[in-house]
Amino acid sequence: MSIKSKLHVIKEKFKGKTMAPAFNAFHTFLFTPNDVTTSGTHIKVADDLKRTMNTVIMSLVPCLIFGIFNAGYQHNLAIDISNGIDTQVSLFGNFLTFDNLMIGSIKVLPLVIVSYVVGLTVEFIFAVIKGHEVEEGYLVTGMLVPLIVPVDLPLWMLAVSVVFGVVIGKEVFGGTGMNILNPALTIRAFLFFAYPTWMSGDKVWVHDAVNRSGTPEAISGETILGSYAQNQDIIYSLSDMFYGFIPGSVGETSKLLILFGALFLIFSKIGSWRIIVSTLLGALVMGLIFNVVIDSGIINESSKFYGLMSVPYWQHLLIGSILFGAVFMATDPVTAAQTNKGKWIYGFLIGFISIMIRVFNPAYPEGVFLAILLMNVFAPTIDHFVVQSNVKMRLNRLKIKNI
Amino acid sequence: MSVDIVVKKGLNLKLKGEALLDTEIAEKALKFSIYPSDFHGIYPKLIIKENDIVKAGDIIFYDKNSENVKFVSPISGKISEIVRGDRRKVLEIKIKSDGKNSFRKLSKVSNSDPAKIIDFMLDSGLWSFFKQRPYDIIADPSSNPKEIYISGFDSAPLSADYDYVTAEEKINITTAIDYLCKLTDGSVNVSLRKESKSFLRALDNINICNVSGPHPSGNLSTIINKISPINKGDVVWTLNLPDLIIIGDAILNRKYNAERIIAISGSSIESPKYFKTKIGSCISSFLKIKHENSRIISGNILSGTKLDLSGHLRHYDNEITVIPEGNDYDLFGWAKPIFDKFSFSRALTFSWLFPNKKYDLNTNTNGEHRAFVVTGSFEQIFPLNIYPMQILKACMYQDLDEMEALGMYEVSPDDFALTEFICVSKQPHQDIIRKGLDLMKKEIG
Repeated sequence: MSIKSKLHVIKEKFKGKTMAPAFNAFHTFLFTPNDVTTSGTHIKVADDLKRTMNTVIMSLVPCLIFGIFNAGYQHNLAIDISNGIDTQVSLFGNFLTFDNLMIGSIKVLPLVIVSYVVGLTVEFIFAVIKGHEVEEGYLVTGMLVPLIVPVDLPLWMLAVSVVFGVVIGKEVFGGTGMNILNPALTIRAFLFFAYPTWMSGDKVWVHDAVNRSGTPEAISGETILGSYAQNQDIIYSLSDMFYGFIPGSVGETSKLLILFGALFLIFSKIGSWRIIVSTLLGALVMGLIFNVVIDSGIINESSKFYGLMSVPYWQHLLIGSILFGAVFMATDPVTAAQTNKGKWIYGFLIGFISIMIRVFNPAYPEGVFLAILLMNVFAPTIDHFVVQSNVKMRLNRLKIKNI
Repeated sequence: MSVDIVVKKGLNLKLKGEALLDTEIAEKALKFSIYPSDFHGIYPKLIIKENDIVKAGDIIFYDKNSENVKFVSPISGKISEIVRGDRRKVLEIKIKSDGKNSFRKLSKVSNSDPAKIIDFMLDSGLWSFFKQRPYDIIADPSSNPKEIYISGFDSAPLSADYDYVTAEEKINITTAIDYLCKLTDGSVNVSLRKESKSFLRALDNINICNVSGPHPSGNLSTIINKISPINKGDVVWTLNLPDLIIIGDAILNRKYNAERIIAISGSSIESPKYFKTKIGSCISSFLKIKHENSRIISGNILSGTKLDLSGHLRHYDNEITVIPEGNDYDLFGWAKPIFDKFSFSRALTFSWLFPNKKYDLNTNTNGEHRAFVVTGSFEQIFPLNIYPMQILKACMYQDLDEMEALGMYEVSPDDFALTEFICVSKQPHQDIIRKGLDLMKKEIG
């Protein structure tokens, strides 16, 4: 008997039992099921939700691999700097090295594994309790989470926040497709407010910086945003920022690979180009407004906002996680606006508010995740007003008829 | 009179097994069946019992809620069985043909008095071909239709070519149209493909809609929405062009002749072509399929009814479509690149590379049922000025005000066939809309 028919026999045995969803989750991972249409259309397109989610994961893999190498590279770079050695990045010379891979893998892969194991366990438990199939939503969330946390984050904190994020962010609303807030960002928000010392500051962004602080081997773990917020000089070149050889959350640093991911998502028709473009537009507009304020002399160098306000508007897209947020977070179809017009408004406001928070909140200058969560809450309202115009059109038609 | 309609949003799905334009006369079927479920929303009250002898055109049952709407036998013979389901619900009325094909003589009707025309249609069972919007149900004979719409072509994949089916029936159809014109103060609109050379173009008492564009350009909702959208309180009546053959024949020859030319198509048919047969006849009299593991559908592939091997041609259908069943597993079917199935996305699915390829699709769902997740795709193929996802959700949570505000009066279930086909979450859109319409009919009326 082949594996296929063996599994079929087991599936029939499990049918209707409590553990059926758990078995089916593994079974449908191996084989798309033998379900046939019953009513309605007798044929269906080739795509299912697993394929959709898988496409998003594929677009994230380059960011993950880069993040692993970058974790090692930033660690070694910081040590070099503290020893007074001036190093220039070279892709094959000191970036894609085995040493970097080892350091990165030891730090990053456990984050990925903990995120998936804990998150999927929660999903399985809820599926068994509620008697529905295990839904694919967490496949993407589980990949996003390790990419948006600092590399040194203790694993138990990650585990706690994943449980919180999946239960409160998603399952209480009814599971995949029903949630209001982006689960990955809910997890990050929980981490940020529960363990702020591990999520912000100038230590956490480079591996080992926290352990070494206060010792003679101390190294810096400051991000560009942190430097700007403290009106310090920036030591990284624009090309470093674009290619991603900078400290930051694990997978968010390489703008080049994020753009590749964005193109892949847009081409495969999975990601909404409207949201991506409008988010970046919103960020540019806010940045431009701040630039004008600086140029007109309303804010001068004595202000604590000067550093970030004076960043040329387009450079905002290279700093922090605005690009990552626009491409992978804002586009989550469940929590975003669902109408095309709504998507433009939703995206624009995310970009706009992100840069506003970034400039006015020097304690924690990364506002993207807060902006997206905020707009998640308002997305249904935006949609409501967009849909109302269609409703009004219909009512007007009726009025004209009745005159 | 004519008007041009260009439909931009939609999807032309190319499938293998299109019927050749060649008609064969099917063997005379012995077994016939009538399914009350074909007539959505009626409650059948039988006036015959088992072993009764009937003629073609004899009344079999009527609608309990609207007693003058009657349904007749397509054939002369004996009522062999009445199949009942739960709570004695009538599922199927089986009739065994006596081979004589004797008809009940219908009354004579002139086209002067609309009330008399309607009485004739009701008495002869022809009223079943009159449907209405809103709700997409059999028309209320006491309603006053704003306009009448006749579907002159079907744009669904593998559907019958109405131009071919009606080519020889000019007299019957023009007669039926003459009578229909008396039933409304508004116009009688007929949809035709822009390139169609139908004889209908020569008629001057109808409004021809020259439609171009992909499916669902043939759906009447699409055309009504472009010409004169249905508002709250409006009623329009809709008919299918091939049904006018039966109506015209009944007026002229005073008999209910349920003959139809139907397309037999689909990739599991040995030689797809047209057959002349009767409504309700058993498909085994003309259907030859390649292999047992096939899905037989009465109607088109997007909204038809599933039949078994000894099933019967359903009342409204102009085609039988047969495709392979897809009851098999597919190793890593969700991850591997896909070339031989149609996809609306480009997520490692490559149908976008071959826009003219003809597909051999089976009935596999290609994934499991999930909640709505993906947004923005339905709008690209949904031509009505309605938000498809929002109206589906309104139906699911049964918010009557919202359903009405979003345009439920304008839609019928088959408008959502394409969105159902491309739905990544495999939601049953047509069923959701049908239940929504039923709820509105019940609560609002």
